[in-house]
Amino acid sequence: MDRFSWSNGLLEINETLVIQQRGVRLYDGDDKAKLDVGVALLSTHRLIWRDGKNHDCCMAMPLSQIIFFEEQAAGIGKSAKIVIHLHPSPANKEPGPYQNSKYSFIKLSFKEHGQIEFYRRLTEEITQKRWENTPVSQPISTGTGPQTGRTRAVGIVGIERKIEEKRKETDKNISEAFEDLSKLMVKAKEMVELSRSIASKIKDKQGDITEDETIRFKSYLLSMGIANPVTRETHGSGTHYHMQLAKQLGDMLQAPLEERGGMMALTEVYCLVNRARGMELLSPEDLLNACKMFESLKLPLRLRVFDSGVMVVQLQSHSEEEMIASALDNVTEKGSLTAEEFAKLLGLSVLLSKERLLLAEKMGHLCRDDSVEGLRFYPNSF
Amino acid sequence: MSFEWPWQYNFPPFFTLQPNVDTRQKQLAAWCSLVLSYCRHHKLYTVDVMEAQESPVFNNKKIERKLSVEAIQVVFEELRKKGNLEWLDKNKSRCLVMWRRPEEWGKLIYQWVSKNGMNNSVFTLYELSNGDDTDGEEFHGLEDWMLQRSLQALQTEGKAEIIAMDDGKGVYCV
Repeated sequence: MDRFSWSNGLLEINETLVIQQRGVRLYDGDDKAKLDVGVALLSTHRLIWRDGKNHDCCMAMPLSQIIFFEEQAAGIGKSAKIVIHLHPSPANKEPGPYQNSKYSFIKLSFKEHGQIEFYRRLTEEITQKRWENTPVSQPISTGTGPQTGRTRAVGIVGIERKIEEKRKETDKNISEAFEDLSKLMVKAKEMVELSRSIASKIKDKQGDITEDETIRFKSYLLSMGIANPVTRETHGSGTHYHMQLAKQLGDMLQAPLEERGGMMALTEVYCLVNRARGMELLSPEDLLNACKMFESLKLPLRLRVFDSGVMVVQLQSHSEEEMIASALDNVTEKGSLTAEEFAKLLGLSVLLSKERLLLAEKMGHLCRDDSVEGLRFYPNSF
Repeated sequence: MSFEWPWQYNFPPFFTLQPNVDTRQKQLAAWCSLVLSYCRHHKLYTVDVMEAQESPVFNNKKIERKLSVEAIQVVFEELRKKGNLEWLDKNKSRCLVMWRRPEEWGKLIYQWVSKNGMNNSVFTLYELSNGDDTDGEEFHGLEDWMLQRSLQALQTEGKAEIIAMDDGKGVYCV
């Protein structure tokens, strides 16, 4: 109990009240203190106790004095207590109710309960150590660890010191904030390593694992964003998965292709296929790789890339010359056509109709008229 | 006699530079002959590029199409390659349009000289372009700069020699 100093109980500018609890009796070690029951106040900086009847009797102790504390459960006829173990007093401690004490711990006895909340708040304050951030003009106690040594310097030196301290503070805050992130990154690295090793194992033991599982595992990998090393093989020597997929696409796309005049943009195919699948959707990469295998698998479909970069899937039976000839006929009939008009005429998408017109132009059958009115195609009379 | 526009003039794609190489070649050929015949008809010899944009040659108001500046430059470059055009300045803002090339003029002049049995004689430039004897010839009234170029062409061919005289230049035709 000799750690306490007399206080007026008023809070300093930076000090905030955290919790107060009445009906608290103080104990010097195991002995009851020669004080009555009072109010215990916990602030960000100190533990304050005020006599319940005599408000002038008020004492405080800096939280930095606290080494650790523990709960003591209530018993028969005994209230619940919090036992607080303390550092020795600093030499410059202000006088308090006790000059000296043979104990280095005190107890707070909660006669009117409230110990749970008080304990919780005390734990918080001791963890946060907010008194270190916003020091109060109290005598410096060297209780726990290095304090920020508030030497009251004035002038430029003082300002410089303050700036330096602020910088250290910010630094600390930032590294604290990113602490969690660095842990996450370490874990992520481990995960990537693990999945890579499993993927390579699968690749080696291709025969042992069933196709289904392989596909499933690959889809998990893909969903995690890790490209399966097996898919990096070049077009022509694709994986089993893609071959199967290509065959499936071959069956599935026959009807829609015929409906649309034998040609569909790859984006349309993607939408159609995934809508049909419902679950186990395809990634664009998978679709592209599967389409690249049409020719080698002798399927009646072809993946075709136009000059502009547009990719389409078209039927093998789809004849280019026929398309161009019919395009020329259409244009001649109408005198001139824009891509949009042509699309409407044929029931195709604007993208595909434009590709067809451009192809006809490339062959020299059409010529273009580019003006503010738009791009129009005429039969090539030159 | 009013100028007769070729059919391409009323064909909108004519005013768009065609991306297809073969089509473009045909298009440019048509443009070149249009420019030359227009200049010949209106006896135009120099063309300012900025003004050209507004000229009816490159600007068909009826179909609301005009040739872009880039395309006009391409047409002029084509003419230059053929020898029908000469830039007057580095910035390519003014040019001489020779709807008949100097060599062709030279040939005409030489033919006239030979026809009239005037070989091995000297003529002043004025005589050739404005003399009574040449009245009725196509090169009558030919501008001086054009005449000079034509005679230079003849000189290169070895059929003439330009000589300096008291009050200007003359030419000795072989």
